[in-house]
Amino acid sequence: MSAQTSTTARRSSFWQSNFVYSFRKSPVAIVSMIVFALIALAALFAPWIAPVDPYDQALFDIMDSELPPVWQTYGDPRFLFGTDPQGRDMLSAILYGTRLSLLIGVCAVAVQAFLGISIGLIAGYIGGRLDSLLMRMADIQLSFSTLMVAIIFLAVSQAIFGSDTFNKYAIFMLIVVIGVAEWPQYARTVRACVLAEKKKEYVDSARVLGFGPLRIMVRHILPNALSPIFVISTVQVANAIISEASLSFLGLGMPPSQPSLGLLISSGFDYIFSGSWWITTIPGVVLVVLVLVINLLGDWMRDVLNPRLYKGDK
Amino acid sequence: MFAYLVKRAFQAIAVMFVISVVSFAIQDNLGDPLRELVGQSVSEEVREQLREELGLNDSFFTQYLRFAWKALHGDLGTSYFFKEPALTVIFKKLPATLELVFGATFIIIGLSVPLGVYTAIKPNGLFARVVMGLSIVGISVPVFLTAIAMIYLFSVELQWLPSFGRGEVVAVFGHWETNFLTVDGWKHILLPSIALASIMLPLFVRLIRAEMMETLQSEYVKYATAKGVRPMRIYFIHALKNTLLPVITVGGVQIGTMVAYTILTETVFQWPGMGFMFLEAVNRVDTPLIVAYLIVVGFIFVVTNTIVDLIYGLVNPTINIARMGA
Repeated sequence: MSAQTSTTARRSSFWQSNFVYSFRKSPVAIVSMIVFALIALAALFAPWIAPVDPYDQALFDIMDSELPPVWQTYGDPRFLFGTDPQGRDMLSAILYGTRLSLLIGVCAVAVQAFLGISIGLIAGYIGGRLDSLLMRMADIQLSFSTLMVAIIFLAVSQAIFGSDTFNKYAIFMLIVVIGVAEWPQYARTVRACVLAEKKKEYVDSARVLGFGPLRIMVRHILPNALSPIFVISTVQVANAIISEASLSFLGLGMPPSQPSLGLLISSGFDYIFSGSWWITTIPGVVLVVLVLVINLLGDWMRDVLNPRLYKGDK
Repeated sequence: MFAYLVKRAFQAIAVMFVISVVSFAIQDNLGDPLRELVGQSVSEEVREQLREELGLNDSFFTQYLRFAWKALHGDLGTSYFFKEPALTVIFKKLPATLELVFGATFIIIGLSVPLGVYTAIKPNGLFARVVMGLSIVGISVPVFLTAIAMIYLFSVELQWLPSFGRGEVVAVFGHWETNFLTVDGWKHILLPSIALASIMLPLFVRLIRAEMMETLQSEYVKYATAKGVRPMRIYFIHALKNTLLPVITVGGVQIGTMVAYTILTETVFQWPGMGFMFLEAVNRVDTPLIVAYLIVVGFIFVVTNTIVDLIYGLVNPTINIARMGA
């Protein structure tokens, strides 16, 4: 750590060393981080790892359909996790599906964070009527749950645009709808931080020095609101992945030609009664493990950074 | 108090207004009512005439006023698929969904209070750690996966419980059919209720635990202990009362989430309720039914949210109610 001290700011390196220390002391955090890193790397390099391209329907052979995983009788060594009813290799489909789920989750949270942080900074810094208007909007937005808004929005747009057009833009729609619906989570927390920081002397001195409001908000106040933002972000990514999976499960998300984890689970559900458990179970386990490790990391981070989160945000 | 009431009522009406405009805009853009009425085989002139008679050439504003006027009189159009008034269709499906929500709420309240209080009293005990560990797993499992896992275990493997439908129902008060009067009905509602409860339960256990731990640190609890009040009385009478306030607020926020999860749960279990009906209506582009669902759900949602807010204002004596709406 000492080598870095000279390069980074004193305070942040102190914070970092504390952070790293408690990370090394927490077996749950280490295991979660390793599992998360493995899943994320597998998802990132899916095109190179996956045995076949699960989007290329020409590669499927109907003769290979519904083969069980390798370790079962009738398993085929070509398909580690078996195949789905179309003869698609489950391992490849899961790798690509995880990639999509993670991508949508992270992008949606980026949208949330951008909107929420901007609105939170403005509401907290400017205050007054604008603040109460924005916060009232946040209350109303929060009371409509994301999933409810997303289901209705996507269902209606699917009906209006028809499934062909819908399928083409499904990924953007998912990102936007999950991203826009959850901005109040960030806005409330950032606003609470701004209200606490605004009274402090360093903000006064920055103002006396003649810095503009934008600079004070972004360069001075925002860095002090980073730890709660980190904590929220982990939980939000986990929630976004669950939302995306739920929407795809209902057929309101990714198209069948590009299945995400939720759609894989849903397509396997029809076959669970005939005993083909692996089509649903394996993507299901991957989804749960992915969300669980992110939640565990978030929980650990909440304990370490101990931000005063806006009460009732959970 | 009165000013607060008026403010909340005004806000509820405003939200309801926005919902109705959105619903109307959807109706305006989704599908062609003429095609549903007369099919393809009618000449363009007759179409134009019908269009004029039905008022489809009027401005958006005039059409909206007509729509709102009819809606206020309980007329939300006729479902294309069921050939019945959309509101009638929804009221037939409503009991199934409400009973499901009731079952889930019963499980949530019945389990979250004792578990939350226990984990707050003995935060380091083995059982409390197991509960907290399970609660984070519970948050991480999407509701449809819980449902599928339970169907696989209890319906496919063990064959103890049915996997779909409502089973045998008994009619009470006219249209209301209930699951709670037959053994078969109980068997059918058990799995969907648990699935619906599974996602909320961990949230409430964690919330009650957090609030309870904070309350147990307060002066009046210490004083009650020093006075020699029995611990059980302190936990459940003195402390629990004060933890319920935030629980009510969060509960209010969760109503919308509950609506979304009924859609998911009903889809997996093919439960003949409103949520399942809504998805079917979307697939059939049954516009009046979609719009009626939005209005009814929006209405239930706004009313419950307003009531929750009012209760919160009533039970919390520290809040200056008149200012809360500001």
